[in-house]
Amino acid sequence: MTLLRSRGLALLVAAAVLAVCLALGLLTGAAGISPRGIALALLDRLPFVSVDPGLTPAEQGILFQLRVPRVLIAAMVGGLLAIAGAGYQGVFRNPLADPYLLGAAAGAGLTVTLVVVFLGGRVGVIAVPVAAFSGAIGGVLLAYALGRSAGRGGGGVGGGAGGGAATLVLAGVAVTSFLTAIQTFVQQLKVEELQRIYAWILGDVGGGWEDVWMIAPYALVSTVVLLLHGRLLDVLSVGEEEAVSLGLHAARARMIVLLAASLATASAVAVGGLIAFVGIVVPHVVRRLAGWSYRIVLPVSFVGGAAFLVLADLIARSVLAPAELPIGVVTAFVGAPFFVMVLRMSRAVNT
Amino acid sequence: MSGGIEGSGGIEVRGLGVMLGEREVLADVGLSVGCGEWLTIIGPNGAGKSTLLRAMAGLIACTGEVLVDGVRARRLRPRPRARLIAYAPQNPLLPPDMSVYDYALLGRTPYIPYLGRESARDREVTESVLERLDLTGFASRRLGHLSGGERQRVVLARALTQQAPVLLLDEPTTALDLGHQQQVLELVDRLRLADRLTVVTTLHDLNLAGQYADTLVLLAPGRAVASGPPKQVLTEPLLARHFGAHVRVEPGADGRPLVHLTRPEER
Repeated sequence: MTLLRSRGLALLVAAAVLAVCLALGLLTGAAGISPRGIALALLDRLPFVSVDPGLTPAEQGILFQLRVPRVLIAAMVGGLLAIAGAGYQGVFRNPLADPYLLGAAAGAGLTVTLVVVFLGGRVGVIAVPVAAFSGAIGGVLLAYALGRSAGRGGGGVGGGAGGGAATLVLAGVAVTSFLTAIQTFVQQLKVEELQRIYAWILGDVGGGWEDVWMIAPYALVSTVVLLLHGRLLDVLSVGEEEAVSLGLHAARARMIVLLAASLATASAVAVGGLIAFVGIVVPHVVRRLAGWSYRIVLPVSFVGGAAFLVLADLIARSVLAPAELPIGVVTAFVGAPFFVMVLRMSRAVNT
Repeated sequence: MSGGIEGSGGIEVRGLGVMLGEREVLADVGLSVGCGEWLTIIGPNGAGKSTLLRAMAGLIACTGEVLVDGVRARRLRPRPRARLIAYAPQNPLLPPDMSVYDYALLGRTPYIPYLGRESARDREVTESVLERLDLTGFASRRLGHLSGGERQRVVLARALTQQAPVLLLDEPTTALDLGHQQQVLELVDRLRLADRLTVVTTLHDLNLAGQYADTLVLLAPGRAVASGPPKQVLTEPLLARHFGAHVRVEPGADGRPLVHLTRPEER
């Protein structure tokens, strides 16, 4: 049917864009390795293929220890943030819902700050991703617990789950302000570490293979769960009460999507820091170009988000070369005006 | 434990009560509809008409029993319940970019496994429903581009693809002009007779209620104060007492009562 056909086409286009971005990401860098050598070296890594790329050991090292993991991390983080954003937007039926909505960012910010300030040094560096991951999950759980208890206190049954979603978002705002306050207090204790804290907050995808392997299982689980729930998010788009009348266990489906999106966010935050705008801009553009159905928006956002962040990283490390811009600055710089443009365009189409 | 109702789709409601917070919105409401009949709930604003319908659809917590063919509908899980009862709210949320076809297809949700996808049968059912409602030409139209009458038909299409024997419609004529009100209710009546559907609607227009329903239930703050065939419920004393309205009721050509507003006499 038309839905499946347009999904296939959109995925194909997004995959082509991602392939181009990945290639650009691998080819660009300070070392100036020949494109031919890179292509051959990559081919050489494939099973049953053996070619001599003609690269020096140093060049091989740069390619496989720096560029490949970096591009992979950028792609994973971008894909995870975008698909998590699409998931949150489906659950809250709000196209402006954000992966950091429920206190994930603030939670991770606090735990990373704690690690940098109190552990410091080499131990601190190793502990940062773990701290970010647990902080992001903790922030979301805290928001969720607070939202539940607040929801139980007032309201009543009649408000239904629409009220529940609003309560949860408000709880997320409360948790965010509270955790940010503590984080600010902690970072004042050691002002000399401010730069490291901010470097993490502004995002960085320059990790190594150990970062890739650390988040791969969580990334895989959360992405698969989200992709499986595309049809259910479409059912939820008519509202929770109607979804229930259509036979969907709406509260359970929503909870599963929420947890999967939070896990995806936490994985992305653990290695990438806080990278803004990917989770809002990418699903929005996908929706404009490829259609409303979450069966399209979720997978295409994942691929599109990956391409977007690889490209953003490319810009981040080449504009000021040899210095690097924080990637979060690039996504915000590109994302914010782009977002405004998309909004204006969509308004022009509608009127 | 059947309530003396024959066929499939008969409904019996016993002692239904709903509390919203501290407020008792419905108390001890009972009603019964035979299979293939049309029951309309009338009552002044705030009487709890929509709440009653939502409670019958199992969407809000309530006390008492809702029996469909003797089955306790409130005990069912959402999926089997959705195969028995289709519900269309007063102001359905229509995602503006969704197509008419995809929206009607949502009615097949209770037949699709949790992580499954629509089968060829689901698409067939949807296509035939669209055809019956003269919506085939609209199939790829976006919901945001429909007129009021078309929207009501599309919502009805979604309810029909559910293939449930019971249809609960909350104010199906909201925001429609006279001609479209008639068209929608005639359509519901045709489908009811063709498929032997049991129809329960709320309607605030008493004349429409009197014209289409086999049975009326008059709700006045939270209680069923009268029920029976239209001419027993649409009476001047009952309407004066519960609506505070000055009306004259006279039998129409087919014997169904017609309600006329009259200006208060002191004028």
